Amino acid sequence: MGKRLFESQCALCHGQTGGGGRGPNLHRPQLNKAPDDASLRKVISQGIQPEMPGAWQLSPREVKSVAAYVRTLGSIPLEPLPGNPSRGERLFKTKACDTCHMISGQGSGFGPELTGIGSKRSAAFLRESLVAPEAAVPDEFLLLDLVTASGATIRGVRMNEDSFSIQIKELNGEFHSYRKAALKDLRKLRGKSPMPSYADALKPEEMDDLIAYLASLRGNS
Amino acid sequence: MKRSSLFLLASFLLVASFLTAQVRYERIANADNEPGNWLTYSRNSLGHRYSPLNQITPANVTGLKVKWAYQFPDPRTEVSPIVADGVMYVTGPNSAAALDLQTGRPFWKWSRPIPPDYQSIGFGRVNRGPAILDDKLFVATLDCDLVALDIKSGQERWSTKVADYKPGYSLTMAPLVIPGKVVVGVSGGEAGIRGFIDAYDAKTGKRAWRFWTIPGPGEPGHESWSGDAWKTGGGSTWVTGSYDPQLNLVYWGVGNPGPDWNGDDRPGDNLYTCSLVALEGDTGALRWHFQFTPHDTHDWDATHVPVLFEGEVRGKKRKLIGVANRNAFYYALDRETGEFIAGRAYAKQTWANGLDDRGRPMVIPGNEPSEEGKLVWPNLNGATVWFSPSYSPQTGLFYVAVREVGATYFKREADFKPGTFFAGGGEQTLGGDDEWGAIRALEATTGRIAWEFRLKSAPWAGVLSTAGGLVFGGTNEGNFFALDAKTGKPLWDFQTGGQVAANPIAFNIDGRQHIAVSANRVLYVFGL
Repeated sequence: MGKRLFESQCALCHGQTGGGGRGPNLHRPQLNKAPDDASLRKVISQGIQPEMPGAWQLSPREVKSVAAYVRTLGSIPLEPLPGNPSRGERLFKTKACDTCHMISGQGSGFGPELTGIGSKRSAAFLRESLVAPEAAVPDEFLLLDLVTASGATIRGVRMNEDSFSIQIKELNGEFHSYRKAALKDLRKLRGKSPMPSYADALKPEEMDDLIAYLASLRGNS
Repeated sequence: MKRSSLFLLASFLLVASFLTAQVRYERIANADNEPGNWLTYSRNSLGHRYSPLNQITPANVTGLKVKWAYQFPDPRTEVSPIVADGVMYVTGPNSAAALDLQTGRPFWKWSRPIPPDYQSIGFGRVNRGPAILDDKLFVATLDCDLVALDIKSGQERWSTKVADYKPGYSLTMAPLVIPGKVVVGVSGGEAGIRGFIDAYDAKTGKRAWRFWTIPGPGEPGHESWSGDAWKTGGGSTWVTGSYDPQLNLVYWGVGNPGPDWNGDDRPGDNLYTCSLVALEGDTGALRWHFQFTPHDTHDWDATHVPVLFEGEVRGKKRKLIGVANRNAFYYALDRETGEFIAGRAYAKQTWANGLDDRGRPMVIPGNEPSEEGKLVWPNLNGATVWFSPSYSPQTGLFYVAVREVGATYFKREADFKPGTFFAGGGEQTLGGDDEWGAIRALEATTGRIAWEFRLKSAPWAGVLSTAGGLVFGGTNEGNFFALDAKTGKPLWDFQTGGQVAANPIAFNIDGRQHIAVSANRVLYVFGL
């Protein structure tokens, strides 16, 4: 019932699959304006002024079912996994994953943060990210090659872009901002990732351990 | 001169100056006589959003600087201001203000509370601008009042209830002034309303006429509906129309049928949804209609500012009307008869094999929303939507901000319950870098694309063209920019810090040209 009500009353703004539109994407483990179930039910029935209308027509039971459905959109349930998370945590450090990724404030923030990755991504997705990183590049992580007016070639990650300018972070962490019209070349390397494959660097049981560790990361709360 | 004569003369001068400070209809009808003002939504009643001001040019536009800014209390301001006699009039949801044109400081502010049980069903809590006539400023409220404010004090002269907001009606558009009357349209196409266009006596607020966009039993067009579907047929009218003073015709776009994405219970063309209607200014009687998207199931409202222009068709001068439609096709029609003159796609579309010789789309079967979803271009917001196009008589080009977005459309059951969504499905857009936008210049009589300037994402801002040879537009990422009107070459841009989702205007301060646009909650005024 929650799904059916969501599709008829919420999807116009949040997208038919909750992927966002005029309203925010709900495929996220934590909703800023609805941190717990009681506040989520309140948001659904009363709305958020001025942008979101309340679903005053829904009964408390219906509101509860919509809230339960919305919760399923944002969080990957814990699944039984073969690996050992403690061994996985040690591997994360020994394999130097933290030179690019941050977990609970530790490590480098070059790549996507992994503090809550287990509630956002399934074990299958995590495995794919490790074995073939370029098959699972997140939408917001776009690698670029650009050639400046002076002829220098720079590779970096897009931090922001508008119709006239682009802001990037070089692989060494330095920020740059360019007028797009002044660049000699700007190539967006969609599907490219600076992360190497760990298919050969990890034994099968180590892979299981690392995935079990990543899947156990459910955020700071 | 005797003392009493002096007093009489002084009184006469006072009255005379008061009268000239009023915005009589003749001033709006002859808007080109005073290019320093901006007296109606699109500057003239023909829907041009073109300014004859020419001090800002491709040669000096890089010198544009912010002169002042005004902060609104509400986010995402979509207002197109009115400028008259040294005052700028702006609106927000259930609010208005008169600003000193020199400094941006308010002379007065007016607001009314939004009722706690009011709901915007399918759109944001916005207001797109006021209208002015004589000594009154007309403001439409979300809870469906048309209010006339005294332009000197902001106090209410009259207030008229246009509709009941509880079933889903709302007012978000700028009213349109025609001789002696104020015309308004309604939002609510996702709530199963029955749409209409109203005209009110500007002096008294009394309703002069109403045109129902969904014909009732016995009226022509009713046969394009089945059973009781017409009662919840939608046909909202939420974008300001245009007016031809010579023909005395009001041109207004009509929105989608309801429920939006499930047409099973409303077989037929569903007139006059997704149509342009030409109504007689005195009576509201329908002169002609043209339907762009018969039996729409993708929410492609035809709610756009219609652009009235003169064009040459097969060697003859004709009075034409141009519409860049949400369904991704551009249309040029004869505005006396509604006859289809020319049309072609101006953006990516995957639902029709073009238009036939009467302008009806040759629909490709299988592009209806479905249970499992069907990917179609454009998405429900369309290839362009409420924000204004612009027409320059100087270049003969029709400028339009274009959205290149595809979406998977889903069909679901629709249960009608007044005051709730009655949509029958929805969409999921592709998102990210698969969505983009452009400013395109179309030859107004044919729709052929003359040039394009590409935008990072699908825009929500209208365009303004000027006699200085510029086109101004805005982006979601906060850029406000100027292009060469002949070539589309980018000449200047400014980062406003907020999404530009409004229509720009041009006017004079002390004889010097300025440009204004809103970005999120800030209105910026630029000058050299």
